[in-house]
Amino acid sequence: MYTKKVKDHFMNPRNVGSIENADAQGEIGNPQCGDIMHIDIKVENGVIVDIKFQTFGCAAAIASSSMVTEIAKGKTLIEAEKLTNQMVADALGGLPPAKMHCSNLAADALHRAIQDYRRKHPEVE
Amino acid sequence: MKCIYLDHSATTPVDPEVVTAMNPFFSMHYGNPSSMYSIAEISRDAIEQSRSTIASFINASPKEIYFTSGGTESDNQAIFTTAQKQKHKGMHIITSSIEHHAVLYAFQQLEKEGFDVTYLPVDSYGIVSPSSLQKAMRSDTTLVSIMHANNEVGTMQDILSLATIAHEKGALFHTDAVQAIGKVPVDVQLMNVDLLSSSAHKLYGPKGVGFLYAKKGTPFSSYLYGGGQENKKRPGTENVPGIVGFAKAIELAQNRSLDDHQHLQNLATFLTDGIQNLVSDVLFTGHPTQRTPGHVSVCFKYVEGESILLMLDSHGICVSSGSACTSGSLDASHVLLAMGIDSATAQGSIRLTMGRQNTMEDMKAVLNVLPEIIEKLRKMSPLC
Ligand SMILES: Cc1ncc(COP(=O)(O)O)c(C=O)c1O
Ligand SMILES: [Zn+2]
Repeated sequence: MYTKKVKDHFMNPRNVGSIENADAQGEIGNPQCGDIMHIDIKVENGVIVDIKFQTFGCAAAIASSSMVTEIAKGKTLIEAEKLTNQMVADALGGLPPAKMHCSNLAADALHRAIQDYRRKHPEVE
Repeated sequence: MKCIYLDHSATTPVDPEVVTAMNPFFSMHYGNPSSMYSIAEISRDAIEQSRSTIASFINASPKEIYFTSGGTESDNQAIFTTAQKQKHKGMHIITSSIEHHAVLYAFQQLEKEGFDVTYLPVDSYGIVSPSSLQKAMRSDTTLVSIMHANNEVGTMQDILSLATIAHEKGALFHTDAVQAIGKVPVDVQLMNVDLLSSSAHKLYGPKGVGFLYAKKGTPFSSYLYGGGQENKKRPGTENVPGIVGFAKAIELAQNRSLDDHQHLQNLATFLTDGIQNLVSDVLFTGHPTQRTPGHVSVCFKYVEGESILLMLDSHGICVSSGSACTSGSLDASHVLLAMGIDSATAQGSIRLTMGRQNTMEDMKAVLNVLPEIIEKLRKMSPLC
């Protein structure tokens, strides 16, 4: 039911963990609905230089988290803000319809981390 | 890669002896049992032979066995038709909160149609207490349906006590015995039930065939419109190979049940002890002793069941999970929630159900990889 890409990102997730002295954090979801994503970012000159995630959830949730970190790493905040949940799902080669809910959190978690950063650093573009 | 199949509550491999018994009824003895000529008689006799085998296995009379397409149909027919037929007596019906969807959704539908439904609670082991049924019974209660063995957690109910209470108030008693038959003794007289559902594919028989036991005189009716098969209670040309296979599977279960029981028990105990010793923060669910043999259900805290399932699958190990998004709903298992388990913990549940062909080596293979899998997933979890 999952694409090769989803399976790869699920079995070998990229950027797992947390960043010590992260510049900002974003979290979304709750254990009741079965998915929680937490993202830490490190930003230099408006660019996401490091990003790590921790996720409680199914394979779709974990693969989407992994994918969003892979896409966002090295991007400017402005570029990263334009990432959508659909773009993450597309990058994974698609997800089963019933699983879109699980992946919908990945870009949202990233956006929350960026919001957190912007709140702390209103001067940065 | 060798497949280690540990999901026998989902379905079982068809026993080769069952396949052998079924084979002649595809291309050789293909006559429609309702036809007049002699080759049809072979099909007809095979069905009646099968009916007798099955009836005697559950201590019923052959006339009380109605072949259906499986557990789901048996449950639906039992519930809908008895509720409707007794409408003049009352519109209160009772079930438990841990039933299979084939029962639960049937009751929910009847509720929409105006019936008053009581969903009995269960304790933390998944047991329905006879006293809670006693309290729920009313003079207008016409039907009580409580499953014999639960598919998710393996807990078995004291059917005799529950059925007796239902009968004292003049209500019918149905039990979904899909997960019990072939694993534990099922005797309709000793259990004192009016209706009982069973399905062949859970006991090494083929998929798509089951039966409904209905005690003589029970007010139930056909659920479909059509021919006069199954004593006018279940129209449609009979699934002859399926019925023959079902009877063979029952016969095998009868011969092997003692050996099977001990073997499955040993495997489950070994696996349970192993998980307990090797992994922290686990919660075994279901009743510790009043449960089907070979059934281990366990929640791993801080991780989600589907992830565990897929990682085990990558090692060739097949299990199932009760995690929400696997089942297509976003709520955790209604069974675990009814048992008072919090929804975050319930998300981390997996079920390992062993079968005849499993070995201790299979259990060791699981214990070899499971701790690492849980550790890997917990490292990824923001809840740890
Ligand atoms: C307790 C219970 N009832 C009913 C069913 C449905 O049986 P079937 O698959 O034969 O329709 C199942 C099987 O999934 C079950 O476990
Ligand atoms: Zn999910």
